[in-house]
Amino acid sequence: MYRIVKKRELAENVDEFVIEAPEIAQKAKPGQFVIIRISKKGERIPLTIAEKDPEFGTITLMVQRVGKTTFHLSCFEEEHIIPDVVGPLGKPTHIEKWGHVVCIGGGLGLAPIHHIAQGVKEAGNEITTIMGFRRKDLVFWEDKMKLLSDKVIVTTNDGSYGMKGLVTDALQKLIDDGVKIDMVITAGPVPMMKAVAELTKKYEIPTVASLNPIMVDGTGMCGACRVTVDGEVKFACVDGPEFDAHKVDFDELINRLNMFKTLEAEALKMFQKKHCGCGKE
Amino acid sequence: MGKKEIKKERIPVPERPAEERIKDFKEVKLGYTPELAIEEAKRCIQCPTAPCVEGCPVRVPIPQFIKLIAEGKFVEAARKIKEENILPSICGRVCPQEDQCEKVCVIGKIGQPVNIGGLEAFAGDYEARMGSEKIEKAEPTGKKVAIVGSGPGGITCAVDLAKLGHSVTIFEALHEPGGVLIYGIPEFRLPNEIVHRELEALKELGVEIKLNCVIGKTKTLEELRREFDAVFIASGAGLPYMLNIEGLNLNGVYSANEFLTRVNLMGAYRFPEYDTPVFAGKRLAVIGGGNTAMDVARTAKRLKGVEEVYIIYRRSEKEMPARVEEIHHAKEEGVIFKTLTNPVKFIGENGWLKGIECVRMELSEPDESGRRRPVPIEGSNFVIDVETVVLAIGQGPNPIVMEGVEGLEIGKWGQIIVDPETCQTSLEGVFAGGDVIHGGSTVIQAMGDARKAAAAIHEYLLEK
Ligand SMILES: Cc1cc2nc3c(=O)[nH]c(=O)nc-3n(C[C@H](O)[C@H](O)[C@H](O)COP(=O)(O)OP(=O)(O)OC[C@H]3O[C@@H](n4cnc5c(N)ncnc54)[C@H](O)[C@@H]3O)c2cc1C
Ligand SMILES: Cc1cc2nc3c(=O)[nH]c(=O)nc-3n(C[C@H](O)[C@H](O)[C@H](O)COP(=O)(O)OP(=O)(O)OC[C@H]3O[C@@H](n4cnc5c(N)ncnc54)[C@H](O)[C@@H]3O)c2cc1C
Ligand code: SF4
Ligand code: FES
Repeated sequence: MYRIVKKRELAENVDEFVIEAPEIAQKAKPGQFVIIRISKKGERIPLTIAEKDPEFGTITLMVQRVGKTTFHLSCFEEEHIIPDVVGPLGKPTHIEKWGHVVCIGGGLGLAPIHHIAQGVKEAGNEITTIMGFRRKDLVFWEDKMKLLSDKVIVTTNDGSYGMKGLVTDALQKLIDDGVKIDMVITAGPVPMMKAVAELTKKYEIPTVASLNPIMVDGTGMCGACRVTVDGEVKFACVDGPEFDAHKVDFDELINRLNMFKTLEAEALKMFQKKHCGCGKE
Repeated sequence: MGKKEIKKERIPVPERPAEERIKDFKEVKLGYTPELAIEEAKRCIQCPTAPCVEGCPVRVPIPQFIKLIAEGKFVEAARKIKEENILPSICGRVCPQEDQCEKVCVIGKIGQPVNIGGLEAFAGDYEARMGSEKIEKAEPTGKKVAIVGSGPGGITCAVDLAKLGHSVTIFEALHEPGGVLIYGIPEFRLPNEIVHRELEALKELGVEIKLNCVIGKTKTLEELRREFDAVFIASGAGLPYMLNIEGLNLNGVYSANEFLTRVNLMGAYRFPEYDTPVFAGKRLAVIGGGNTAMDVARTAKRLKGVEEVYIIYRRSEKEMPARVEEIHHAKEEGVIFKTLTNPVKFIGENGWLKGIECVRMELSEPDESGRRRPVPIEGSNFVIDVETVVLAIGQGPNPIVMEGVEGLEIGKWGQIIVDPETCQTSLEGVFAGGDVIHGGSTVIQAMGDARKAAAAIHEYLLEK
């Protein structure tokens, strides 16, 4: 059913998968994600639809290896069938013609950012993209973002490529240069989104963040993904995953992402002990 | 007949002892042996009025099937049940018989009612071991029906319509069919294997099940209406209610749905063999007093590392909505009941739950529902130390299925409004039943709705 049509490594520990899923490709809108389960004893994990091709019936996922499931997934080659892919889930990004939009993606946050930027461009906005990476060899999809954006700024923490520093440094520079910014959309590691939100709040620039809490079903029936927005409890999988970044309780989100940390580490250790690096027993 | 002496006591269904069963997730009840089943079946006096049948929402021919068991014709007994109820092994295990068929059984007036549920499960299990009979199917009608949800409601409607010759497709959001039977009710009460087995009937009837398909997202209700001649919505009541008190989002606080889905559907009790983890500390509290609360408490008792499990309930045990049998089983397994107790705050430390601040309650005058209203006793606050808490305070219909649909009449707590006679919604050709119209209800209620809807859909299709 859900065949891997194409796979390539984008950077160290980051893979790109093109998967056959015609119904999802038809429906997917910017900001939405899928939940996949890769084996009979597997868990359900959420991954963003980074790109879709309704004509060929495929969706593109970008996956960072962080734990057992993502490491296992990276062993799958082209033609392998993924048993369960469900979606598109979540609310599509609310897109308007705002004017000048700054899209900020850190690492894997580029998955949502890419699809969202497509929508934002279609709506006739001017786009500046800021892409943040730790160092040069982790950079990917710069070409794709260039196709969509009027301007692309790549930052690396160590300065090995593009601008040295964090995405917030690049954003601060735009602001200091007096560039008019009507909207900021951000996705990536939670501490990064938090920093972006704190910065734009100071300058009162509307900002939305695509959140990534732990999920199980992804359809609103468990509440594992709950976050606090403006003092209210929201389920990110149905009410989000995007929210007004100035109203999100990021510290709570960071804490909740740790809920299963010890167990996850145990699972990864067991997996790596049992399998050769590639996951085949 | 009246002269025959009636045995007042029912033959107990053999069970595994509590000390043994809390070490695993295998079924608690061992079920009747053929000898015990015959003995219990003989207690039925075959009353001509058979009030028990009236008490059953799908009107299983109870005295007839019990008579067949008494005669040792077990396979025939199962087939007799299946004329009205295709899921005997499931219903026999989970139906609240004490409120239905067994409540009105005439033997109950002088002693214990006949164990109708136990006999039903026995017959269903016996037939399954012998290999089920092929189900008769009418000539294809060329009409297509879509069903949303593969819980007991969806399954029952699919079977009835397929038997009538309609072509049926079920759309299910999860990766496995069965609804609450699979993700909610734990293995030790209803083994998933039995659910899979009873679902085989669907395959045999040519019903197609499309998994991983969320109606409202992957496909919309409007699309189903265009592609099919009729639609039946049985999407259940899967939206968990949260207790909006301080500390709700601390690590260690779960909804019952999340906890049970992790353990039952995802197999977290077998972690790390299965990939889905479940975190539970040494002490765990469940908030609520229904069947879901009992299921969570008993599930928690079986998890590695969990030592103490509490049920926290704001009324007294007498008011608990859970089945008496479940409360009894939970107590046998060592669950500690804290009744007349209400949580006011979850206490955390570095983001993790450490305890629950509770207040003691007392019962005052009965409210509109006739139940005595609990009121807090001022100044009686105290703390229960726990690392995990699971909220089992009820759930409502999940609105996803209705996303983007116009003209569908919805009630004030999100339920789909239907005509009680036909289960038809405000949209032409769209019917609904089960938990999505009642809120959290019962398996047999969902099946009863589904049968009613199937009959109405059949009529609608013939007229169309
Ligand atoms: C809406 C949404 C969209 C997402 N999109 C993508 C995507 O496009 N590409 C991608 O690579 N990842 C994405 N993620 C994160 C991805 O789901 C997790 O990385 C994945 O579940 C980890 O699974 P694992 O078994 O390999 O690791 P685990 O064993 O589950 O965890 C390993 C480590 O990852 C952390 N972790 C667990 N869950 C998450 C999470 N949801 N988000 C961030 N860290 C987590 C844990 O704290 C732990 O430290 C998304 C998450 C959400 C909620
Ligand atoms: C823990 C627990 C214990 C229980 N114990 C008992 C008991 O002992 N006895 C008893 O009689 N009752 C019990 N119940 C209640 C009983 O399970 C329900 O009343 C019954 O399952 C309702 O059946 P249903 O078909 O309406 O819905 P469900 O069983 O809830 O099935 C609905 C199905 O629809 C799917 N779905 C939802 N939305 C969509 C969508 N948009 N698109 C596609 N699919 C969708 C869901 O994934 C699910 O599989 C219990 C319930 C719980 C939660
Ligand atoms: S009411 Fe009781 S005794 Fe009478 S037929 Fe039904 S099960 Fe038998
Ligand atoms: S993941 Fe279960 S409600 Fe969002």
